[in-house]
Amino acid sequence: MAIIDINGLSYTYPNATKPAVQKVSLKIEKGDFVILTGPSGCGKTTICRCFNGLIPHFYQGELEGKIRVVGLDVAEHPIHELARHVGLVFQNPENQLFALSVEKDVAFGLENLGVPRDKMQKQVNWALETAGIFDLRERAPHELSGGQQQRVAIASIIAMQPEIMVLDEPTSFLDPLGARKIFEVINELNKSLEMTVILVEHRLDLAARFANNVIVMDKGNIVLNGEPRAVFGSQEARLLGVGIPKVTRLYQVLEDENKLAGDRPPATTKEIVSLLSEVLKK
Amino acid sequence: MIEVKNVYYTYPSGVEALKDISLTIRDGEFIAIMGQNGAGKTTLIKHFNGLLKSTKGEVLIDGINTKKKSVAELARNVGFVFQNPDSQLFSETVEEEVAFALKNFGLKDTMLKKRITWALELLGLTEYRKTSPFMLSGGERKRVALASVLAWNPEVVVMDEPTIGQDHQQKEKLRQFIIQLNTQGKTVVVVTHDVEFVADCAPRVILMAEGKIIKDGLGKEVLTDVDCLDQASIVLPQITEVFIELEDFGLPRNVIDLYEAKEILLRRLDEK
Repeated sequence: MAIIDINGLSYTYPNATKPAVQKVSLKIEKGDFVILTGPSGCGKTTICRCFNGLIPHFYQGELEGKIRVVGLDVAEHPIHELARHVGLVFQNPENQLFALSVEKDVAFGLENLGVPRDKMQKQVNWALETAGIFDLRERAPHELSGGQQQRVAIASIIAMQPEIMVLDEPTSFLDPLGARKIFEVINELNKSLEMTVILVEHRLDLAARFANNVIVMDKGNIVLNGEPRAVFGSQEARLLGVGIPKVTRLYQVLEDENKLAGDRPPATTKEIVSLLSEVLKK
Repeated sequence: MIEVKNVYYTYPSGVEALKDISLTIRDGEFIAIMGQNGAGKTTLIKHFNGLLKSTKGEVLIDGINTKKKSVAELARNVGFVFQNPDSQLFSETVEEEVAFALKNFGLKDTMLKKRITWALELLGLTEYRKTSPFMLSGGERKRVALASVLAWNPEVVVMDEPTIGQDHQQKEKLRQFIIQLNTQGKTVVVVTHDVEFVADCAPRVILMAEGKIIKDGLGKEVLTDVDCLDQASIVLPQITEVFIELEDFGLPRNVIDLYEAKEILLRRLDEK
């Protein structure tokens, strides 16, 4: 059974004139690493808010269709119950941090789950180390830089090791090397713990190689859904202005000139280097 | 012209954010400042309009020391767009937001209306004229902040992380827009982490690490210098990564642009 199963979802925010998402159906399997992308205002963040019940419990509005997450009907289970299974890292870390110290913020979720004290300390330390902020554990989150706050938000979610992790542009304030390391950590959790990852992202160059599925939304609908190489290589993705990775673009411009050919366009540097090495060797 | 001469800056908390920075920005230049979190990029650009005054050393704008002028006076020439638009927006409508600085500079009636209309159209915000900035999305708020600065037509435009939260098409618009400003002779300074955006724009690039400038040169030179990028916590552009891997085939290392990459590869493959 799919870990997330959305069927015929339409949702309109209170006082909005048109729906933010329309008749969306979607299945995500346990252990998937999904990238969710599309132009601003296409409904990505709205979908993410459905995964842990923020919609409909917090935002209210008008909801049609069914959302099942780990087998639970989201409309019938409260946010705090869904939060045991789904960790959400918001776009703006300031909206998520509130405690007086980084360590307390990271421990908060575990306290609510009733984790015993010594186990909690271990898990908090592990999360702090993993996110690269152990040295900041006694600082006040609101005094930190945007990039550091993003690391705190990520640490507080991975500390709970949820079955599903939803991240909304989690590295936008981080420098590129920092962002790459965070994506590697998320990838590691995905592989070793079979944690399902849903990543909302515009910058696909860094993240594409970790995903096994890419979903593209436009105007409240899902317009593309499939294996990254197939999605990036499609005509629709080009027309929609999706941020196709540069290596895929390079392949496409050479393919247009009949200089490269393959079953599928590459999504990573490694893949295009091996294709190019072949033709350069000849 | 902006001249930064041996500038040091220490925050009241004791953190030394800038250590002996010297830099000249000529009129009409387009510059990207890049570097790791906490390298001092934002601290440096806040010296360009006098928001911060150096602890040691001096900053001259068109030959005048920023310590001798108020931020209000400097702002006329140097427009500043913050990283977080929420720290700069406060009005009830988009129109009032854009009007605010213009009124402070003494613009009235027809002239005022004209400038507002121009700026809103330029940034695709006309339909939001009477909307509250806080009803807009993050990307749209960023454009309002930009419109409110461009409306008074400063000679220098400084933008802190303008691509955050912008989708691919908006980034492309921003890029064309910067080029347009640049061809009008405006100086544009951008602080950004977005390597691919910089590779597309190919400006002069300044790399910072730990309060110092570690490299300053053309995009093509700086973004292909593996050691310096590493020190500044920046990754290589994807195109460069590919060309460095293919070096054994006698291809150049210093390629950042997709279309240059295409030309080089086509030429090579046609020789065969």
